[in-house]
Amino acid sequence: MQEVLWHGRGGQGVVLAAQILGEAAYIQGFKGITSAPTFGPERRGAPVAASTRISDEPIRTFSQIEAADVAVVLDATLLTMIDILGRLKERGMIIVNTPLAPDQIGIEGCFDVASVDASGIAREQRLTVGGFPIVNTPLLGAFAKATGLVSITNIERGLKKKMPADRAIANCAAIRTAFENTIVKRHDSKTGTSDKK
Amino acid sequence: MSDVRIITGNEAASLGVKLCEPKVVAAYPITPQSALAETLSRYVEGGELKAEYVRVEGEHSALTVCISASTVGARVFTATSSNGLLYMHEQLHWAAGSRLPIVMCCVNRGVGAPWSIFNDQQDSISQRDTGWIQMYCRDNQEIIDSMIQAYRIAEEVYVPVMICYDGFVLSHTMMPVTIPDIESVRKFLPPYKPHTILSPEDPRTINSVLLPVRRANPEGVLCDGYMEMRYKLQAALDQSRDVIRKANELFAHTFGRNHGGMLWEYMTDDADLILTGMGSIAAEATVAADILRAEGVKAGVVGIRVFRPFPKDDVITAFGHAKAIVVFEKGISYGYEGALCSDLKAAFFGTDSKAPIHNYIAGLGGRDVKPRELVEAGKTTLAAVEAGRMNHEIKWLNCYTG
Amino acid sequence: MGKKDTNISALCTPAPGEAGRTGDWRDMRPVIDETKCIPTTKGKAACFLCWLYCPEGVVKMSIPVEIDLEYCKGCGICAEECPPNAIQMVREGEINE
Repeated sequence: MQEVLWHGRGGQGVVLAAQILGEAAYIQGFKGITSAPTFGPERRGAPVAASTRISDEPIRTFSQIEAADVAVVLDATLLTMIDILGRLKERGMIIVNTPLAPDQIGIEGCFDVASVDASGIAREQRLTVGGFPIVNTPLLGAFAKATGLVSITNIERGLKKKMPADRAIANCAAIRTAFENTIVKRHDSKTGTSDKK
Repeated sequence: MSDVRIITGNEAASLGVKLCEPKVVAAYPITPQSALAETLSRYVEGGELKAEYVRVEGEHSALTVCISASTVGARVFTATSSNGLLYMHEQLHWAAGSRLPIVMCCVNRGVGAPWSIFNDQQDSISQRDTGWIQMYCRDNQEIIDSMIQAYRIAEEVYVPVMICYDGFVLSHTMMPVTIPDIESVRKFLPPYKPHTILSPEDPRTINSVLLPVRRANPEGVLCDGYMEMRYKLQAALDQSRDVIRKANELFAHTFGRNHGGMLWEYMTDDADLILTGMGSIAAEATVAADILRAEGVKAGVVGIRVFRPFPKDDVITAFGHAKAIVVFEKGISYGYEGALCSDLKAAFFGTDSKAPIHNYIAGLGGRDVKPRELVEAGKTTLAAVEAGRMNHEIKWLNCYTG
Repeated sequence: MGKKDTNISALCTPAPGEAGRTGDWRDMRPVIDETKCIPTTKGKAACFLCWLYCPEGVVKMSIPVEIDLEYCKGCGICAEECPPNAIQMVREGEINE
């Protein structure tokens, strides 16, 4: 089972990202999928999280994820605010929305780090809501690149299940761009890029 | 081609209601049930569900509308949570006493005070003695499937059914759910045949005062008193066990999914240690059983699916050979212990089962319950038994006071 | 389940005298003075406040007004409400013609 935590701020679309990943993973052939928001009231701007579990077998656990295999960070300012690495497995993958390269983010420890300028890509694609860039969908492209768990094609298929076709076009373009521009740095570069399924 | 959608528990419940085609829906929104009430009102507004959606000012009225509509012959639905269910309390008795086959969802949430919007099962556990059938669901597939079974059961025994599922844990978590097709549902669930229809063409008085004694009506026929009517409600719940089992079997035959009749078992055949609970915590316990098995402990799980009527015979078979039993409960009968724990002890009384029962009160007000914590609880219990300590115990899991 | 029990809810057909011959309960009896009663003196449908207020539904909206003494419990509400005081409550057994 792969456990994914999405960290963002209320309104950034962590819940939708978790859901799209769930749809994509199901299309990919995984039988066990759950996606859930942080339980409780919804608060725009406050730090929030959402989760996706992906497994070959139907999932029987609905408790909170303690240590994720993958953490996706929609807003890099959260890295210093909440203990994201504390909820990530050793050798886990962290994907950060930042124009910086993985080794410039300042993530210490035994983690794989991926970075992508999701905000920049969203602005290029004119994906904004109220002036804020939509970063959740580009990060799905980064997720596909960094983890290899689901294909970029299935991410796009999953996305089309969750939004109307006209809105899907720009989002799919952003996903592709993010996929191509994601930089991945394994914690031990000698192991190459094949240490994940 | 089966229709699989990745949906929340509330969406599964809404789709289940739509498939059962009630004529009247009355519900008052309350977290975490709100999405269910909202989706149903959207179905009605959009013509997808040909029903009347009655907007009400509170839960007491929501159930009263359902009682009234059911009494004039309509299939009805309502849903609530927490203090909303408590506010319905009087009408819960009224619905059961009138023998109306109302189906409602209780999206389980802790009750105030103090306020909590998060999950536990104190709300429905507190309504145990109202004469309703109570079913607890372990995942979203079971929610939609139990809904369809619930109407069949309710309308056969004329007892209302409460479908309980954990708030947020299931209501807000998406997972793949196979949506049954409407034609098969219509075959499985025959049209509602009311036992009583109040109609101006044939005036009747319903639920007037019944006296302590039986009494002749104006036509000279000796009629039941209050006590006879109440006996019949108890008898109906007793008889409903078979109806529930048969509905589950027929459902499994028709749709290919068997959720267990009164209860379900997971690796219990050779289990020394049996973990048990109701709803999602029982699903969580199956993961704990897997972990325990990997460590060499013969663990299994019994999920209590129907809490009322209590599966008194089923539990003797299911738990009979266990050396130790751990009951996880998201509620308590204050001043004693978990309600399920008490019922299990009572069912085992006089049987060969001498297994100590350890009762863990867990997850109140949404406190997270993880499989590894259930594993630890199971090991503690087993260690006590192996050390020869055979007494029953009650503990609070992950509680930092006292 | 065996034979279906059709009598599972507390249901009855509304009929006069569901609680028995309640006229037996009476201590005081209403007597109408037809020379004062409004509908009777006017000879047309009017007033009928006795009919409206009777909690037992034993007053007949007729000319002259009639009271069904089989079921009248003798509460006296009709006498209290009658605008021309045409109804007097008299003790059972007393003749007051």
